[in-house]
Amino acid sequence: MSLIRSTAAELAAKIHGGEVSAVEVAQAHLDRISSVDKGINAFLHVDTEGALAAAKQVDDDVAAGRPVASPLAGVPLALKDVLVAEGMPTTCGSKILEGWHSPYDATVTRRLREAGVVILGKTNMDEFAMGSSTENSAYGPTHNPWDLDRIPGGSGGGSSAALAAFEAPLAIGTDTGGSIRQPGAVTGTVGVKPTYGSVSRYGLVAFSSSLDQAGPCARTVLDAALLHEVIAGYDDRDSTSINAPVPPVVAAAREGASGDLSGVRVGVVTQFSGEGYQPGVLASFEAAVEQLRQLGAEVVQVSCPSFDYALPAYYLIAPSEASSNLARFDAMRYGLRVGDDGSHGAEEVMSLTREAGFGAEVKRRIMIGTYALSSGYYDAYYGSAQKVRTLISRDFDAAFATVDVLVSPTTPTTAFKIGERSGDPMAMYKADLCTIPSNLAGNAAMNVPSGLSADDGLPVGLQIMAPPLQDHRMYRVAAAYEVARDAAQGGPLIQRVPQLEGI
Amino acid sequence: MTSVADLMDYDEVVERFDPMLGLEVHVELHTKTKMFCGCANEFGGEPNTHVCPVCLAAPGALPVVNGIAVESAIKIGLALNCEIAEWCRFARKNYFYPDMPKNFQTSQYDEPIAFNGYLDVTLDDGEVFRVEIERAHMEEDTGKSLHVGGTAGRIHGAEHSLLDYNRAGVPLIEIVTKMIPGTAERAPEVARAYVSALRDLLKALDVSDVRMDQGSLRCDANVSLSPKETGVLGTRTETKNVNSLRSVERAVRFEMTRQAAILAEGGEIVQETRHFEEASGTTRAGRRKETAEDYRYFPEPDLVPIAPSREWVEELRLTLPEMPAQRRKRVQAEWKLTDAELRDLVNADAVDLVAATVEAGATSVEARSWWVSYLMQQANTRGVELGALPITPAQVAKVVALVNEGALTNKLAREVVIGVLDGEGEPEQVVEARGLKVVSDDSALEKAVDEALAAQPDVADKIRDGKVAAAGAIVGAVMKATKGQADAKRVRELVISRCS
Ligand SMILES: [Zn+2]
Repeated sequence: MSLIRSTAAELAAKIHGGEVSAVEVAQAHLDRISSVDKGINAFLHVDTEGALAAAKQVDDDVAAGRPVASPLAGVPLALKDVLVAEGMPTTCGSKILEGWHSPYDATVTRRLREAGVVILGKTNMDEFAMGSSTENSAYGPTHNPWDLDRIPGGSGGGSSAALAAFEAPLAIGTDTGGSIRQPGAVTGTVGVKPTYGSVSRYGLVAFSSSLDQAGPCARTVLDAALLHEVIAGYDDRDSTSINAPVPPVVAAAREGASGDLSGVRVGVVTQFSGEGYQPGVLASFEAAVEQLRQLGAEVVQVSCPSFDYALPAYYLIAPSEASSNLARFDAMRYGLRVGDDGSHGAEEVMSLTREAGFGAEVKRRIMIGTYALSSGYYDAYYGSAQKVRTLISRDFDAAFATVDVLVSPTTPTTAFKIGERSGDPMAMYKADLCTIPSNLAGNAAMNVPSGLSADDGLPVGLQIMAPPLQDHRMYRVAAAYEVARDAAQGGPLIQRVPQLEGI
Repeated sequence: MTSVADLMDYDEVVERFDPMLGLEVHVELHTKTKMFCGCANEFGGEPNTHVCPVCLAAPGALPVVNGIAVESAIKIGLALNCEIAEWCRFARKNYFYPDMPKNFQTSQYDEPIAFNGYLDVTLDDGEVFRVEIERAHMEEDTGKSLHVGGTAGRIHGAEHSLLDYNRAGVPLIEIVTKMIPGTAERAPEVARAYVSALRDLLKALDVSDVRMDQGSLRCDANVSLSPKETGVLGTRTETKNVNSLRSVERAVRFEMTRQAAILAEGGEIVQETRHFEEASGTTRAGRRKETAEDYRYFPEPDLVPIAPSREWVEELRLTLPEMPAQRRKRVQAEWKLTDAELRDLVNADAVDLVAATVEAGATSVEARSWWVSYLMQQANTRGVELGALPITPAQVAKVVALVNEGALTNKLAREVVIGVLDGEGEPEQVVEARGLKVVSDDSALEKAVDEALAAQPDVADKIRDGKVAAAGAIVGAVMKATKGQADAKRVRELVISRCS
């Protein structure tokens, strides 16, 4: 199999065994990016020099017989442009940060570098991670490799498209309301939102601090687990970081691959079906549940009534925090500056810059958030939303008292067409209906592809949710399911992505 | 500018109105590092040298609470007889301002770490006035703007502004009193005495430099008036930029006379922020905002709640030093001071210095006389605070010991002190270098006495006739001849014995 179509685990084995050099692997991916990314627009920045230098370092270790830095040393990766990295621009998909270079590395970036992971560049995203289609990027939309007229999900559409287009075997995403899992679902890739607090947010440009969580994206469950263990762990620079051992996700993925789920109790969330769900999505989901049953899992129905209020609560909490987090983009210290021509005062420059630098969706959310936090409205909006959040956590607690993991479709539909929902924010927001509860409660959740929809031939995703710090439970289930799915569907789903050469 | 005609005579003010005070004090803690990052917390320094991604609000940077600042906040709370919260949070106070990098201040809102306390304040006549404390909470300071061009460094009309973020993120404790009723004509004095007592307390806790001139202690004074005995609360103003104890008193007094004049003419007080003008002793209205500020407070999601365990709070309580008020009571008794003597000592900020000098061997009378008279004069001449003089209590005690041994006269001792202040070394080194030994060799003195008696035979005769008072002239002559290095008492003894 060609280098670009290999899994991260396979590439690592070949590089560490001296069968292929990390530089060759990096170069193969850089070549792939050159040949297909014009049509995909997954990358905002490609760091050819930095990638080759990092790869060379790994090759030197291998040649000298030194132990490699990590099980993923030498494997290329695409970094979502919301995580800062020295030596590369960070834009967050916004004009307001165009040309800004971070003076420091995010903790995730640092851990990747220390692990010898080769960072190919930064991937496209909805501006400041606000969106479900990557159409809100100031640098143009990213196209879904399964159908270039369709969205790759969002906000992390650049990362998911890079995986599906074989531009990178690994990627980092961030998930505030589903921005890792929903792109995974619509591109047929694996995406994990770890337990809130288990991956440091230091250097992750904040959208909504209490919801944001970085996580691994890959084409297989094992690859995601390997990357999970590289980036997770306590960080004293992030006060919300959990000081606890990283859940044993790699071991769980390997255990799951043996294909036995006997003794595992799986709960199907009854709230996530019915109206608004594409028939092909529901059919794929039901088939996946049946598959889990055949693997030995005990499947029960679980009701989580508060989940019905998750979407409205999310669209108060996330914009509220965003309105405050994005206040720092004021032209004073970095980024875009508009109107500094001697005729405008500092406050006017701030205002002109924000007017010119932020896109429509970002402005919409800043306004919603500013309103929700205003005196006289706080209790009715932000305050009530926080109460809903508590109720959702209680629903999860009650559910996890009887089942080991919960499952649902990851998103109600397959990839929609670019432009199809851009004029209808409510329709766009519904893409995150099933993913949002886990952000509000902070538990772990992931997407694993469940095949193609019978009605349009596009990828469908299965969401698996686990209690906080029990991330390994969902990896075990996902890995078992992945093996059974490939056996039933005649090989890895991802290999059925259309050829992209020459686009 | 307010003209004198717009003010009411102070006596009339207090006859017709009851003042209501409220004081907010901001204290910069002198922790090694800032509130939420590892940058040095130092006053001064080249602009923008104590900065990092966190305190510059670089995208992605996150705050981490300084544990020492929390400890200081708890100590302050305990010293102010407050309850310490079992659980509290930071909140974001959102507003745009160029010198505030995040465009929100991380502060505490409805969950302060300390609340519900009091501070007993001793007034000039010794009366103790209790000021109730509403809360003490943690927050961070802003950077500083320098407006270039235009007038008086104000933003309005400036050509451009420079920003220095060295102060951004410095830990602050804001201490807010409850409304202070019942001060009547003593309102300005109570305000000053409160800030003074608070300053001494913070100094004793060793949590802040408490330098009002450098802004490490800042006071905002809220003042309102209600017509005498009506109990109807008036509209208050908040006066900022009050940079000394004296200014606190003046600002409150000025606001009372200004507000009273307006009320007397049937006018209304505008609820506003005013700025104290040091030079004129007046207050002026700040820039008025068209819309009421809505800070959109909400709990800071980047920080976890602070839950000081009761064990920790009790441990901290045990580490509290003796509070200034108790300490004063104790030294007054130990040193047998009158109220006036104690007040002089306190006003000179000399209690600690005298105590340390006594510790080093001097009596309290000797130590006090050096610090509050001669050294105080020297401090005034040199334009520094008493405590900033380059002489230690141990050195003062040494000089006292030399006088008691008879090795120095009082006059010589003062010269030794000057030498120490001028950096000439330890007292003994100054004595040596300047040749300030008392002439105690009797034969040398006898010779000088005989010479003086011979030079003034008429005086010598008077002494021989029993007019002992005349001996002063001979003593003076001997002192002159020995250039002041003789012990005047011994000279006098010799004169009398030679004439009898
Ligand atoms: Zn700093």
